[in-house]
Amino acid sequence: MRFLINKIVLGLSILAALIGLVFLFWILIDLTIKGVGAIDWHIFSNDLVNNGLRNLLIGQFMLALTAVVIGVPIGMIAGIYLQEYSYGSKYAEFIRNLSDVMMSAPSIVIGVFVYAIVVNPVGHANGWAGSIALAIMMIPIVVRTTDDMLGLVPKELREAGIALGAPKYKVIFDIIIKAAKVGITTGILLAFARIAGETAPLLFTSGNSQFFTMNMNQEFPSLTVAIYNLATMPDENLVKIAWAGAFILTVFVLLINLLGRYVIREKK
Amino acid sequence: MESVFKKLSLTSATLILLLLTSIFVVLFIYAKPAIDEFGLKFLTDPRWGVTVQVDTPKVDKQVATTEQVTDEMAQNDNLQTEDLLLDDSSDNSDSLLTDDEDGSTANTKEVYGGFVPIVGTVLSTILAMLFAVPIAMGIAVFLSEIAHPLLAKPVGVAIELLAAIPSIIYGMWGLFYFGPLVSKYVGGQSVSLLVAGLVLGVMIIPFMASLTRDSMNTTPAVLKESAYAMGATKFEVIKDVIFPYAKQGIIGSIILALGRALGETMAVAFVIGGVFTFPKVVTDPTVSIPVVLANSFAESSGMSMSALFYLAVVLFVLSFAVISFAKFYFLRNKNEIFNK
Repeated sequence: MRFLINKIVLGLSILAALIGLVFLFWILIDLTIKGVGAIDWHIFSNDLVNNGLRNLLIGQFMLALTAVVIGVPIGMIAGIYLQEYSYGSKYAEFIRNLSDVMMSAPSIVIGVFVYAIVVNPVGHANGWAGSIALAIMMIPIVVRTTDDMLGLVPKELREAGIALGAPKYKVIFDIIIKAAKVGITTGILLAFARIAGETAPLLFTSGNSQFFTMNMNQEFPSLTVAIYNLATMPDENLVKIAWAGAFILTVFVLLINLLGRYVIREKK
Repeated sequence: MESVFKKLSLTSATLILLLLTSIFVVLFIYAKPAIDEFGLKFLTDPRWGVTVQVDTPKVDKQVATTEQVTDEMAQNDNLQTEDLLLDDSSDNSDSLLTDDEDGSTANTKEVYGGFVPIVGTVLSTILAMLFAVPIAMGIAVFLSEIAHPLLAKPVGVAIELLAAIPSIIYGMWGLFYFGPLVSKYVGGQSVSLLVAGLVLGVMIIPFMASLTRDSMNTTPAVLKESAYAMGATKFEVIKDVIFPYAKQGIIGSIILALGRALGETMAVAFVIGGVFTFPKVVTDPTVSIPVVLANSFAESSGMSMSALFYLAVVLFVLSFAVISFAKFYFLRNKNEIFNK
């Protein structure tokens, strides 16, 4: 009897796993079929106004990259504080928990917040607002990674640096960060992949633009926002472009994830 | 230099606290007109953007405190809508309306209530959890206990990669493939509460499964081996050794996934329908808070904008509560789970 129950439960578990995997690969297969079918040279060399994706791809990349430039220094320095300067104080523990909670905050709420503080005073959607929203999403992830990775660096390295008479910030930048470089790089790559695929915080911050622009003071082209708008259009051609964009986005995000994993494996 | 950097680092860390508080404060300020206007009734009022006729408050009411006035006005609203509903169904509504205008000076105002999106959010999340929890548990058990390491490794990596796919992809797939399929075999439209719940469930499965697997893997091998040595079957080991040992981490990861489902926008926006009606059956379309925000924010201004901010506050508080609960009760000593 016990063995029968065992068999049944294990069978059910395998079945559940199969159902889950079938769903997930079903999505990937549909996406690949639709996406590959819609990709041709035309969409890379034309902007959205001419049924292409060029301005959107570059725009999304710019938005995410600017977010990295804003978010990574803040996140890293905050992470350094938590690990190196707080000496395990209650305040640091509080900030640590708060940052973790913020990591799971609904992304649309962050979009609404940035709308209120940036878009509303300026009067129209702009690229900076989009990047700020993405940076706010990114900061807690970077804090967490930096905090964890610095924690893995052996105490002896710090002691050796200080024994040589180096000031603490020199020890941190020249010794500890170098020792934790790989882990932090991976963390930043994963965070970049995550924000690059975000839509909700961009909807009313960066807006979307049909044209190629590098001016972040104006409405800025965003791939994800465009996918959201195009996918519900009645025009078959536009839906096709949306699928192509979705496919490129997914491949990009997965490649960055794989790259992050590869970097950390090389180290080991 | 040293002290400058030290101060800088403290400032950066404090910035996180400032950001979180200012998110709450700013949302609250923008929501203030709606909060003053509708109060807590907003949470249970199913009307959104309905224009109702209001009698201008009589002179003696102005002496009363503002609170009472708003209360009475709200009551008037209720009565008036009932009247309006009756008017709509009756044939000679025109004459009735003109009668009204003759009798008293009436003006119109818009009423906003968040009950429908709040219920839609909660229901779609519950559906998603009902669907996702058993399957994610199955995958976690399969990966950590059943599958051969040679199989568990690549499948585990695949699951983690799937967790990284942008949610808009799940939404698109739901709209074009899954929705029509559900409507064909279960009935209803291809956008509905059911489809939204299921797509949401599919989206959180990889996330939940990889977190759960990680916490199951923390069970010391010695514990499992001694149970096997006593003659326990695999199921008994899972049920009596692994689950109790990893209980906190498992529950924590379920709640984290729930928090993610609550605030998810894009996976749901395509497939929930976006209409302000209560779902009578599970295959009816409805709306959720993030979807209302995504769809109506751009065209809003004034009171409707403020009402949207009110909804954002509700969503923020809801997910903040859920996540803090998970964090402080279940993951106290298992911080590594958050690193995903």
